[in-house]
Amino acid sequence: MQYLVRHLGLVLTLTAAHVLLVGSALAIALVVAVPLAVVITRNRRLEAPVLGVFGVIYTIPSLALFAFLIPVLGLGFWTAVVALAAYAQMILIRNFSAALLGVDAAAREAAYGMGMSRAQTLWRVERPLAMPVAIAGVRLATVSLIGIATVTAWINAGGIGTLVLDGIEHDYPQKAVAGALAAVALALAADFALRRLERLYRRHLRAG
Amino acid sequence: MTAQPALEFRHVSKTYSTGSPAVDDVSFAVAQGEFAVILGPSGCGKTTLLKMVNRLQEPSAGEVLVGGRDTRAIEPTALRRSIGYVIQQVGLFPHMTVAQNVAVVPELLGWHSDKIQARLQTLLELVRLPFAEYGVRYPAELSGGQQQRVGLARALGADPGLLLMDEPFGALDAIERARLQSELAGLQRQLGKTVVFVTHDVDEALRLADRIVIMRSGKLVQADKPHVILARPADSFVAELVNSNDVVRRMSVICVREVVVPAANESDAAGPVIDANADLRNAFSQLLLSGSDSARVADENRVIGRVTIDRILESARTLGVDR
Repeated sequence: MQYLVRHLGLVLTLTAAHVLLVGSALAIALVVAVPLAVVITRNRRLEAPVLGVFGVIYTIPSLALFAFLIPVLGLGFWTAVVALAAYAQMILIRNFSAALLGVDAAAREAAYGMGMSRAQTLWRVERPLAMPVAIAGVRLATVSLIGIATVTAWINAGGIGTLVLDGIEHDYPQKAVAGALAAVALALAADFALRRLERLYRRHLRAG
Repeated sequence: MTAQPALEFRHVSKTYSTGSPAVDDVSFAVAQGEFAVILGPSGCGKTTLLKMVNRLQEPSAGEVLVGGRDTRAIEPTALRRSIGYVIQQVGLFPHMTVAQNVAVVPELLGWHSDKIQARLQTLLELVRLPFAEYGVRYPAELSGGQQQRVGLARALGADPGLLLMDEPFGALDAIERARLQSELAGLQRQLGKTVVFVTHDVDEALRLADRIVIMRSGKLVQADKPHVILARPADSFVAELVNSNDVVRRMSVICVREVVVPAANESDAAGPVIDANADLRNAFSQLLLSGSDSARVADENRVIGRVTIDRILESARTLGVDR
């Protein structure tokens, strides 16, 4: 605690870097996961291969994944971002496709029956109705990435992991604990904020 | 130009990769302003037939004409926007208010917002859910019957001439169902829409239809006016389906106006007064309750003649014979 109080500025700076790291990874992950989820729900035969590939990536230990990426992207921020984005795919695609498939079939039929195109149905009906479940997926991915991202300090990507790493290296437990506390606080804050957002979208979606 | 049918099926079949055809060489036409009911047990192909009208299903053979045009020549989304569609599960969009739901098709068609606003007022008034009170509510805040009223208003959104309804009242309780049936019948008469209505409920079909199309295993078995179907069922399947020997059911398809004995200057004030537009079943029970054996028949508050219990029973017994 003493460390935390005395070096509050440093801890906050590293936390901000952590947010940037996780945020960048999530942004890239969403850009990939959303279209993939739409494609595999429209063409169910593609579901198994797509989830298979990202399932395999998900099981690779993080340090091994860095080892694959370092020769291409070098040490640092971008390697960490790409690795984290790859990890998030499995959670995001699975949740997004479940969210889309969970949309009430009657609402979809009504949309087509009234003359909405596929794109209009997706944007005006399926997207808003899938939102709560999709946000739950984003929440799960975010909390996981905040945890996994502490390891990326090993490859010099910055963030809260730096505190933990230094604390261990210099036999300075207070520093490591401060890092752990910051990571937990960040994860809890993200979880809380996304739960609120999810509830906001769920407001009117009781029995349709 | 002679009266073009609003809808016509010409030798329409639908075959899936496995098994016997879902719809097998069906032909019939629905006239402008007619209320056609497709009746049959579940799995007889009636919903498939309906969905081929707005191209949610494509025929494997034959053609479907809407307003004289082959539907294959019309872009599916354009076709669907020009036809009202109501389904049993209603399918309101739960994230949109009642007003937003009803405005969907006018918005897809790019109507001006003033015109949409005026249309919303009219439509919600029509289904007795006044805009001021219900417009801003969400579907989850409405009862099942109210939700289906919104479904109906939504289908009428862009004032289509043709309305497709797939067991729209199937999920409602008996009281709500009867209420919505009579409101729909009134609306249809008032607006002159052509309606194609799918159901497996015989009484619903008899109550609503100008013409009933009976389906069995994908084939059209009989298409005729309700009282003809009751009087002269095409085969034993139809006779059994509609229970054609049920006298009370026969009464329900005859209107008092058709059997009234006219009296130029009716002075006898005995017995109850019955509306000329009531069906015989209704008239019969009014007579039984009153204890009288004859009643005056009124058309818009003017007595036009009398009807007796004997006359009612005779009409039900000889249904279809002399008409």
